[in-house]
Amino acid sequence: MDFGPYLLLAALEGLVTAAVLALTALGLSLVFGVMRIVNVAHGEFFMLGAVLAWGFTSLLTGHPALGFALAMIGSPLIVGAIAWLAERLVLRRLHYDPEATIVATIGLLYIIQQLALSVYGPEARPVTAPVTFRIQFPWFGYAGYKLLVVGVSILFLLATWFVIARTRIGLIMRATQYDRETAQAFAIPVDRVYAGVFAAGAMLAAMAAVLIVPIQQAHYLMGLDPLLLSFIVVIIGGLGSLKGTVFAALLIGMSDGMISVFFSPTLAKILATLLVALVLVYRPQGLFGEVAQ
Amino acid sequence: MAAVTPLLATHDLSRHFGGLVAVDHVDLEVLPGEIRALIGPNGAGKTTLVNLICGRLAPSSGTVFFAGEDITHHPAHVRVGRKGIAYTFQMTSIFGNLSCADNVALAAQRALARAGGRHQTRKHRRAALSASITEALDRVGLADRAERRAASLSYGHQRLLEVAMSLALQPKLLILDEPTQGLSDGEIENFCHLVKAVVTDATVLLIEHNMPVVMALADRITVLHHGAILAEGTPEEIRANTAVQSAYLGR
Amino acid sequence: MIGRPASARVVGLHGAVLAALLLLQFILPAYHHGILTRVMVLAVYATGYNILLGYTGLLSLGHAMFFAAGLYGAGLTVYHLAWPVPLGFISGVLAGLALAAIVGFLALRTVGVAFMIVTMMFAQAFYLLTLYCADYTRGDEGFVLTQDMRRMALGDWTLSLAEPVIRYNAALLLFGICLIACVWWVGSPMGRVLIAIRENEERTTMLGYHTYAHKFIALLISAAMCAAAGAAYGLLFGYVGSTFATIHYSISPLLWVLLGGAATTLGPLLGALCMFYLVDILSGYTTAYLLFVGLILVLLIVWFPKGILGTLRERRLQWLP
Repeated sequence: MDFGPYLLLAALEGLVTAAVLALTALGLSLVFGVMRIVNVAHGEFFMLGAVLAWGFTSLLTGHPALGFALAMIGSPLIVGAIAWLAERLVLRRLHYDPEATIVATIGLLYIIQQLALSVYGPEARPVTAPVTFRIQFPWFGYAGYKLLVVGVSILFLLATWFVIARTRIGLIMRATQYDRETAQAFAIPVDRVYAGVFAAGAMLAAMAAVLIVPIQQAHYLMGLDPLLLSFIVVIIGGLGSLKGTVFAALLIGMSDGMISVFFSPTLAKILATLLVALVLVYRPQGLFGEVAQ
Repeated sequence: MAAVTPLLATHDLSRHFGGLVAVDHVDLEVLPGEIRALIGPNGAGKTTLVNLICGRLAPSSGTVFFAGEDITHHPAHVRVGRKGIAYTFQMTSIFGNLSCADNVALAAQRALARAGGRHQTRKHRRAALSASITEALDRVGLADRAERRAASLSYGHQRLLEVAMSLALQPKLLILDEPTQGLSDGEIENFCHLVKAVVTDATVLLIEHNMPVVMALADRITVLHHGAILAEGTPEEIRANTAVQSAYLGR
Repeated sequence: MIGRPASARVVGLHGAVLAALLLLQFILPAYHHGILTRVMVLAVYATGYNILLGYTGLLSLGHAMFFAAGLYGAGLTVYHLAWPVPLGFISGVLAGLALAAIVGFLALRTVGVAFMIVTMMFAQAFYLLTLYCADYTRGDEGFVLTQDMRRMALGDWTLSLAEPVIRYNAALLLFGICLIACVWWVGSPMGRVLIAIRENEERTTMLGYHTYAHKFIALLISAAMCAAAGAAYGLLFGYVGSTFATIHYSISPLLWVLLGGAATTLGPLLGALCMFYLVDILSGYTTAYLLFVGLILVLLIVWFPKGILGTLRERRLQWLP
């Protein structure tokens, strides 16, 4: 029984899923880690990233790589700006009360989703990949772009880690996360940090969406699945833990592919959802997070 | 001297947090009807000890006996609701959005439930509840503010409200955690009168930093230092104790 | 003013509301008659949700699973097992209770945001389960309870739940019972404890109350009411489908209760009524009516977290339960 090729294919697909998921979930985790709020509209920032990518690529005729490059820059920037706006207009007024924020971000979810429906429409539209080379394996050919996605995601994850762990901005973020009041006493502009972090989280999701949109299609409802998966990753990996997020994304991304080969995807989702709930109940700090002080 | 069963007795009670020993093998005995003061420098473990007694914290080792019964494994709500321990918080904890009467009602309701009386008519129970609320508020002098929102009271009055709630529980042991903190001199004096009146019905365990209050109220004083009992005795004995003096002053 | 048994004013107000609902059926045109029937059933759902959110202070994002449990509990037994309507209804409520017992045992160990996410996850798993068991539930497509199945024998008479008059009054009866139960409960000693838990759980524990047990009971009662609403919805309107288990149906009661006023007895009805009509009117103009739902949600939580009746109670009518 020649399982090998199937497994390799599933593994590759899982890697792509995991890479994009890691980026998306990282955005969610960052926001919770620093601001201690849960952004239910996170999936909609993802969707916006994809939709805007379609917009950019359809603007520039000619080589798809040009339009795509524009999308990679423009999409996250615009989504970041929208997120920044939402933070200033809404979240700040709630004083970041966790429960009120969730309700407000649910409202944001509806607003963004329905705006996309009105402007972009209900259809799913494809985006051409910037590069179309194929890697030839002994058993099958594999889209080179997908491997590129993995590579770029890893780059971005490393970059984010670098910023958080090694730069002054990252230090300020970590200080605010650790003790907000003390940070204020040290003249750290906590409000601006929060706005920046919220925007950064959204931008990560948008970037992930730009990367995946040539593989999937852009659709106004595409934000729900990434949201749920990000939740699962962040909770299992531990809120605010970069290492945990990456590990959990790998776990979920790979197993999603593998399990779907052998079991019904619905059953896999049921089990994953229940697992998340149980982790939250019995080990709320996830696998890598630290217990809150 | 006749042996009186202590109301509260801890045996070898300890609690550590990781490497830090907060309460160190404490043997404390409080006799019924006495006012016992628990003093010690900051960080001595007083609040931790008291949290172990009322059940908010589980001990690392040791036992807690109340009225002859081992309550070490009883959760906090059982110790308060059924065994008769009442605790006022160091940081006043009341129901700010509710009226004073409603605050006390919650406590009174619990005490009445404990006392039984299911067979009584609803009217009867309501009357008993009402009477209990009025009595508790009267004792602390807040009867005229019964319908006011608790958060609108001054800090001192909020503390008194919390005492009223504890009294309405009809406790056997009343634990007061730094009750005079933030009170004016006049309020402190009233408070001392209140405690002296309360002790006819309940035993009082009092954590305090205010030395004059301690000296005026306490029958006996227990001094805690680095989580262990440094000294125990009457106010005069403690005042003369050199080890206590150096613990407080020799820093 | 908590924990006092209902005063004459309160009884009068609620009686008037119920009487108005009773009389409205004679003057409403058919379209609005149907809408009000639906709203009353959904108001039961909202009232159940309010018990947990408004009075106990627990925000659940997964209550659709209890509504759906009732829906499927009644629907499946009537459809596949040919059970009579009353038995179907009871099994719906029992299904909700059973689910609540399991979920509550686990979820009530968490608080705040974790509780919201845990309930959301359980509800999502339940929704996926209805899809997975499509052999029985027909998943998203759902199944229809024919008029035949929705006939109820009452002594010598046979009542058809497809009849608008019967439907309306059945919904009114259910709502009336739940409303009265809610008013009574809120004024009872237990209601007082729940409010205390909402206000300051630690203090409530240190007054001798087993807060976990109280929260558990509140969840059971909330779930039972929501399941009753679900069962009634299926039996009265004849359709059972997976959409009722989606997250949208968990957010809806939150929206209705917030709008009408959390921790008020009449808020859920008011909220459900307003939102239903708002969506009805808006969907005539645009397919993106959920946009306005989102806007309202944001506006409410930022500027009017107490909702209509809650703000009214704060400003003028302090006696409103």
